[in-house]
Amino acid sequence: MIELYWLPRIENWRERLRHLGEAGDAAWDEAVALAAARIDTVQTNALDTIVRRTFAAPPKSLSDKPIRLALLGSSTMAHLHAAVRVAGLRRRMWVETYENDYGQYWQELADPESNLHRFKPTAIVLALDAHHLAGGIDAAASAADVDAALAEICERIRTCWRLARDNFRCAVIHQLALPVHPPLLGSNEHRLTGSRAAFIAKLNAELRRMADAEGVDVLALDDRAARDGLFAWHNPELWHRAKQEVSPAAAPMYGELIMRLVAARRGRSYKALVLDLDNTIWGGVVGDDGVEGLVLGQGSPLGEGFVHFQDYARELSRRGVILAVVSKNDEKNALEPFDRHPEMVLKRGDIASFVANWSDKPANLRMVAEELNIGIDALVFIDDNPFERDLVRRELPMVAVPEISDDPASYAQTLADAGYFEAVTVTAEDRARSGQYQSNRQREQLKASATDLGAYLRGLEMRLTWRRFDRVGLNRTVQLINKTNQFNLTTRRYSEADIVGVMQDERAFGATLRLIDRFGDNGIIAIVIGRLQSDSDLLIDTWLMSCRVLGRQVEPTTLNLVAALAQQLGARQLIGEYVPTAKNGMVKDHYARLGFSAIGGSGEAARHALDLTGFVPRETFVELIEERADD
Amino acid sequence: MTEPEIYETLTTIFRDVFLRDDLDLTPTLSAKDVPDWDSFKQIEIIIAVEGHFGIKFRTREMDSLNNVGDLVQLIASKT
Repeated sequence: MIELYWLPRIENWRERLRHLGEAGDAAWDEAVALAAARIDTVQTNALDTIVRRTFAAPPKSLSDKPIRLALLGSSTMAHLHAAVRVAGLRRRMWVETYENDYGQYWQELADPESNLHRFKPTAIVLALDAHHLAGGIDAAASAADVDAALAEICERIRTCWRLARDNFRCAVIHQLALPVHPPLLGSNEHRLTGSRAAFIAKLNAELRRMADAEGVDVLALDDRAARDGLFAWHNPELWHRAKQEVSPAAAPMYGELIMRLVAARRGRSYKALVLDLDNTIWGGVVGDDGVEGLVLGQGSPLGEGFVHFQDYARELSRRGVILAVVSKNDEKNALEPFDRHPEMVLKRGDIASFVANWSDKPANLRMVAEELNIGIDALVFIDDNPFERDLVRRELPMVAVPEISDDPASYAQTLADAGYFEAVTVTAEDRARSGQYQSNRQREQLKASATDLGAYLRGLEMRLTWRRFDRVGLNRTVQLINKTNQFNLTTRRYSEADIVGVMQDERAFGATLRLIDRFGDNGIIAIVIGRLQSDSDLLIDTWLMSCRVLGRQVEPTTLNLVAALAQQLGARQLIGEYVPTAKNGMVKDHYARLGFSAIGGSGEAARHALDLTGFVPRETFVELIEERADD
Repeated sequence: MTEPEIYETLTTIFRDVFLRDDLDLTPTLSAKDVPDWDSFKQIEIIIAVEGHFGIKFRTREMDSLNNVGDLVQLIASKT
């Protein structure tokens, strides 16, 4: 059975569930806590029932818009809804689910009068089971028959994806089929043209290629079956009984996999892995045992296990996950293995934030989040000590703290199974990010050595290069728009289709800005979208920026750009909006700081105006350069 | 495993599945006595029992279950 084994067990879970309804204002937090425990299918269903009973509607405090997720399938999925909703709850997301009438996925996608259209999904999972897909194949089929069937099914699925995207402009997830067919030949099954097992394998490979081209994300149940064992996912008895392709026993993990993809698309995956040191990335206590006494590397199974885990952490960092260290140690001792232990895979340069002292770990984790300029809810903390894990969970429930055994051989797999860092695209920016954090440290050091701020900023030799929205940068633009929470004036989330809309709108502009300085390229760090509201007023619909470049005069330089682009559209006044959320308090006075005057606002939003007729570009140490699409 | 022990574990499972802490199990209790006991709940019970007792039911065995007493007998024969 697949369990959510990285989540902690909660001692009195049953009692707490039964008192959830009496928790009043704290009920939502309590429900989230109960969802973040190691629970099975029965507990998952019970939690979902009580949550639905307690909350008639999503709580007002949520930072994410409710998700309307449609499960479109060829077989029964009713037993999976609760687990999907609870996996959302685990992420503080409110999820409504929908399922098509049995077998009617195609009709409901195509028919504008269908219940699916009335449901207005914001995410769609297309789950076609292996029996349905291989229905036309038999062992006597010719190669031509099989090719024709494959082409026809691929075309049908592509049409479904396009219907989903065009009708609802929403995220589309395609669930790859489980390899449920027993082989007819055996190991060389692929040599039998008409093998259903071989057909499903071929189809899954083809769908992966197609999904990349169509902007669809896959839910790789075939991979999970290879890892967990087919029968952890599929129970043939229950298939015959109730046409459940995914066994109810696997439902909690199924919900996890779906919501990881949904969260990743919304920029809600975790961003940093924070490592404890002693007995987490090496064996022994460096302060007591000395560098020579550490268990690390060849010659000991345990030592090789730690090397394996370090290697996994370094691989994660190479694809964009930030690494940090929080350890109870004297800093000098903690750094020594990084500098001179020959078997260390992780080097000092791989760690973007290194905190070794004797303060409590929650305080140090706050410090790491601050230094990296990311939310504390973007941290995953791995520590072999159950006491420390418990303390962090209690003080900082938003930090993910996996349960781990005392065997380092299992740590990498635990992190992978927990899916904290689920990602759906890999941009060059992600790969370069660790390097960027390193350069940030060098900048900090320059700042410490320069006596006045002006000299420091001038010394950075900053260039802000900007370009209008274009197809090339679309991926990164959408990624930033959907994951930036703190420096984000309006927190409006947009899809690729929305951005293309801005590109085509003659009364609007959208631009991405990249900051380059003498220490390197910071990548795309800001996005602005402006829309003419009337002939004279230009509304700054979106203004967001990476916190990594705070205090670098990027804001006034960006204002110069916005003003120039607005004037090109004939605007005589800029209107800036601040829409407060739980996370963007830092930009509350953004427009006031830039010289806008408050003009009231509608509802939650505070509005500010800046006259453009007498606008004088702000003087900064940042050079503004346009980068044209054909450059 | 003794029958009383099986009843004890089953009671917890049934109370969690139906979210009814007043539910007491008797050998003759069956789906018609409990309002929400439909085929989905039946499968949920089976899954939970298989997980808790570390056993597996076959199709014929599942089809032969008419009440709680049958389920207890079946579990007893496998543990």
